[in-house]
Amino acid sequence: MVGDVATEEQIQAIRHDLGFDRPLYIQYLSYMYDLLHLNFGTSLNSRLPVIREIGAAFPTTIELTIFGLIFGVAIGLPLGVLAALKRGKVMDHFLRAFSLGCYSFPIYVTGILLQLAVSVRLGMLPVAGRIASTADIPKITGLYVLDSLLTLNFAVMFDALAHLVLPGMTMGIYLLPMISRISRAGMIEALTEDYIVTARAKGLAESTVVYRHAFRNALLPTITVIGMNFAGLLGGSMLTETVFSLPGLGRLMYRAISSRDFSMIQGIVVVYTLIVVAVNTIIDIGYRFLDPRVKY
Amino acid sequence: MRLAPAFRRFGMAPVSAQIITIAGTIICVGLIALAFFGENLVHYGPQQMVGEILLPPSSEHLMGTDMLGRDVFSRVISGTKWSVSVSFIAVSMSMLIGTYLGGFSGYFGGSLDRILMVGMDALYIFPSFVLAVLIAAVMGPGIGTSSLAVAIVMIPTFYRVIRSITLTIKESGFIEAERAIGASGRYIIANHIAPFYLSSLFVLISLGAAQAILITSGLGFLGLGIPPPNPEWGTDLAAGRMYIMDGMWWLTVFPGMMIFLAVLGFNLLSEGLDAVLNPQIRRL
Repeated sequence: MVGDVATEEQIQAIRHDLGFDRPLYIQYLSYMYDLLHLNFGTSLNSRLPVIREIGAAFPTTIELTIFGLIFGVAIGLPLGVLAALKRGKVMDHFLRAFSLGCYSFPIYVTGILLQLAVSVRLGMLPVAGRIASTADIPKITGLYVLDSLLTLNFAVMFDALAHLVLPGMTMGIYLLPMISRISRAGMIEALTEDYIVTARAKGLAESTVVYRHAFRNALLPTITVIGMNFAGLLGGSMLTETVFSLPGLGRLMYRAISSRDFSMIQGIVVVYTLIVVAVNTIIDIGYRFLDPRVKY
Repeated sequence: MRLAPAFRRFGMAPVSAQIITIAGTIICVGLIALAFFGENLVHYGPQQMVGEILLPPSSEHLMGTDMLGRDVFSRVISGTKWSVSVSFIAVSMSMLIGTYLGGFSGYFGGSLDRILMVGMDALYIFPSFVLAVLIAAVMGPGIGTSSLAVAIVMIPTFYRVIRSITLTIKESGFIEAERAIGASGRYIIANHIAPFYLSSLFVLISLGAAQAILITSGLGFLGLGIPPPNPEWGTDLAAGRMYIMDGMWWLTVFPGMMIFLAVLGFNLLSEGLDAVLNPQIRRL
């Protein structure tokens, strides 16, 4: 931080400034105290408050994660249901191979191949970045798509969306195998339940049985697993954001790690922990509405 | 597990599982062969500058040349050695540590078990790739770092599976009988419980190898892997990324497809082995 030529006094002064000369438990307690006051400290690198840098990077990652989830669920869920309905048939094996293939594509390879195929070859979507120009974006939530929609600035909205398609697909392909696998298992499990037999015996149409009775129950484990794996998305967003040059949390984490900026690392870990806890709490509460059998 | 029963089980497995196992085995054996003999197959050294820079693929340079005029084909083939050796070292380390700890923790239980379980859970819950990046960044890039980072990340997986197998087997009558005639815990684990690990270990090893290749190349991609000019797929992929805007696809597509193929091979193998070796688990 001070370079190789710093004198002993300079080093001591900085150690004192950062509080490294105090006992560890005092450092820990004071960090905790600050944390409760939403003070995450200052970045050792940029000397800006950690919370501000995280706040700036946060919307990017949220947008990326939401779009990734939309892609993953929109493709993975129907595939899982289809595989369950065609269980043991050629279609099932084909889908299993397909999801194993997706599972074997590392994010950085998927991302680069998409960039090459769609952006460079077909010239259709932007290669990287969040937006063409940041000039005329209103600053409300930091989520470009939402902000431009709120201000009815559709040109900017489409631009932001276009920038999100490839990163979203990349994250989606990363999530797809997990989602389709769990939904397939959930669907098969649901289809063997007694109420399915009852529904069929009542003479309901097969589509009603599948979609109203089985599918809704198959959703539960899928949602649980998505929540449980939310933390893993940080690793995923780190690579996706690197490939697509997005200024998000994963990228921030990577920069913090490579410059040993540990107040930043701590800050991001705390924020991510909070996100994971929040998401899982929401899912737990959501159960009540999805599954009336659950009572608190 | 003796060989004959293993083959019999393979024969009894569903055709789809057989196909997957065979496909995985072919890819994995091919990769390992490339790791050993690959450098004899290529005309140029992986670090040798052989001609003009950024040549597209041709009969002379099957995968073109890179920004320093090195033959991409030679680099991709030679890169196998690094990925395979990192996964070999990493998987062996995590398997030894994870199995040892898992066996003891499951068999003896008590406070040791509880402490280990908490530690492993903490490791497990942390996103594995982020953890690997953290370890690699602290220790500096290199083959040892990559292996260690991958090994540490994978220990909990081995630990949890082995521990749960131990927990179920330990309640069996024959273990109780062994205890009754005075066999020590170590002896029981090594001679009577460990054989039950084998079929799961095979699955975990190939799953771990896939994971190891993913993480190693990921670290390389972020510039934390095996330092250049060594041929490593992830590092080459990141270097080639600068040129995709100019349409020079061969710098990224070939290393990328190689990573995909390697990961796919080990994933297929683990999936197939799981279906063949653990048929008693009801697969949905």
